[in-house]
Amino acid sequence: MTSFSLLCVVLAVAPLILIFAYSLIQGLGALNLDFFLQMPKPVGEEGGGMANAIVGTGILIGLGALIGLPVGILAGIYLAEYGDSPFGTAVRFLADVLSGIPSIVVGVVAYILIVLPMGHFSALAGGVALAILMVPTITRTTEEMIRLVPQSFREAGLALGIPRWKTTLRIVLPTALKGITTGILLALARAAGETAPLLFTALGNRFWSTSIMNPIASLTVFIYDYAKAPFEDWNRQAWAASFVLIFLIFVLSIIFRFVTRQRYDQR
Amino acid sequence: MATPAIETAQQIQGDGNFPAPSVSSSPRKNRWRIHNVGDFVFENLTRLFGFVVFSLVFLMAFEMYRGSHLSIEKFGWSFLTTSTWDPVQDQFGALPFIFGTLGSSLLALLIALPLSLGVAVFLSELCPRWLEQPLSFVVELLAAIPSIVYGLWGVFVLVPWLRITVEPFLRKSLGYIPLFSGPAYGFGMLASGLILAIMVLPIITSISRDVLKSIPSLQREAAFALGATRWETTRIVLRSARSGILGATLLGLGRAVGETMAVTMVIGNRPEIAASLFSPAYSMASVLANEFAEATTEIYTHALIEIALVLFVITVILNALARLIVWSLTRKFKTA
Repeated sequence: MTSFSLLCVVLAVAPLILIFAYSLIQGLGALNLDFFLQMPKPVGEEGGGMANAIVGTGILIGLGALIGLPVGILAGIYLAEYGDSPFGTAVRFLADVLSGIPSIVVGVVAYILIVLPMGHFSALAGGVALAILMVPTITRTTEEMIRLVPQSFREAGLALGIPRWKTTLRIVLPTALKGITTGILLALARAAGETAPLLFTALGNRFWSTSIMNPIASLTVFIYDYAKAPFEDWNRQAWAASFVLIFLIFVLSIIFRFVTRQRYDQR
Repeated sequence: MATPAIETAQQIQGDGNFPAPSVSSSPRKNRWRIHNVGDFVFENLTRLFGFVVFSLVFLMAFEMYRGSHLSIEKFGWSFLTTSTWDPVQDQFGALPFIFGTLGSSLLALLIALPLSLGVAVFLSELCPRWLEQPLSFVVELLAAIPSIVYGLWGVFVLVPWLRITVEPFLRKSLGYIPLFSGPAYGFGMLASGLILAIMVLPIITSISRDVLKSIPSLQREAAFALGATRWETTRIVLRSARSGILGATLLGLGRAVGETMAVTMVIGNRPEIAASLFSPAYSMASVLANEFAEATTEIYTHALIEIALVLFVITVILNALARLIVWSLTRKFKTA
């Protein structure tokens, strides 16, 4: 049995190492300053970069954060502080269900809600789709981090005559802020890796655009387009972009794990 | 969290003035008095946003139902049982996509479940203490890789390997079974099943590991005391964790069903139902990714939105079931 388990572990970890190593090897060659600073070259020409896609991804997750952060954090505070009621349980349950909805379905909803009334694709629609995707993760992380704050903090604040809302905002929240921030960063990194909802909301753009009302390029959609292309140079750039994405997510995951580790000696 | 201490403190605070007004008014009246305006505003502000999260799922369902009404009216239930997908003639039937989604997801589960259980058993029973956290983290990192990167790897590494090595070998040795017949494109059901298996593995592993660890060690100690071997004890523990592992599997199935980019790039995108693992197929998420931005007529878009609605319903049911099972199991063992 032990050998079977060990074999399973090896088989499970192998693809991770393979994917990471492969994107590193394939992408490192194409990962130069041009990649970050230049615009995509016309079809068939060598070189060029993904500057508009990098900026586009930044704008999209910025928009998503603008919409999703207030909703997620406040809902998380509600669940942690006032959420022991049946309604709180229902909200928690639905937040879990929401986190399991496929990202492409969220993209379809954003299409119906934003693209159809506006009449054209836009970065705003992409931002809304990403916001819906981020909300359950941020809610869950905020709730967990706030619940970790010891009850004695709240009771001390109330014993001093501080109203409950002030206790939550000025004592409990700053204590939990480190974990919440890292959780938010992780949620943003995960949203940066989303492709499917952006395919028919933000669409994509081969030119430089920072406007919210127009289609906008993004790193993930670029990877998708470049991977399907018959040009080797484009394929290499797709590998470079995927390496950047994986690197970002890995680093933030490690930081998140480090910041939220349980300190066993503090019990 | 409203402990008795906090509620008493709030009552004594009253409206924030000091000394506080007496608490001699009856508890029933006190429940409806606004003790503190700030508290009232804050609690209901957060409650409002909790309500936003609450209503998001229903809003999505309603919008998708409204956005697909043309297709629902025209095709009704036959949408789910017909195989023709003809945008030119405006004839739409989703059966090939349902087959593709279910086929690749079930194949993924078939491959991933034993592997996940093996890793979960290792992490909870056999692993040295220092190795457990890093190894769990590494397995969870698999879940963090974006789907598109899996697709990229699938197209450039997995598919050629399947086309050149694996599928010809399978065809030579097992080609008389219809499951392994047909030309070896590399792209197809087998490729998508394999990629989905890798993507689903971390979810099933981490939940199964949590479930296995939540089973009280009394069970294992009792088994050892009776002279059971490591394998026999693990079998007993696995049996009591049965429903939790079922919940983990349902969650993994939910993820596999909704997975888009990785599947789109390796499944071959051919809306046909075939018996062979080597033949290209088409999943619900893939058809949405490929055709949504280019849907010309309104009925086309509505048919696609109806596919999204079907996908939505399937994942919501799977997730709800899974959460209920996992929640009830961990609660059972917490109070035990």
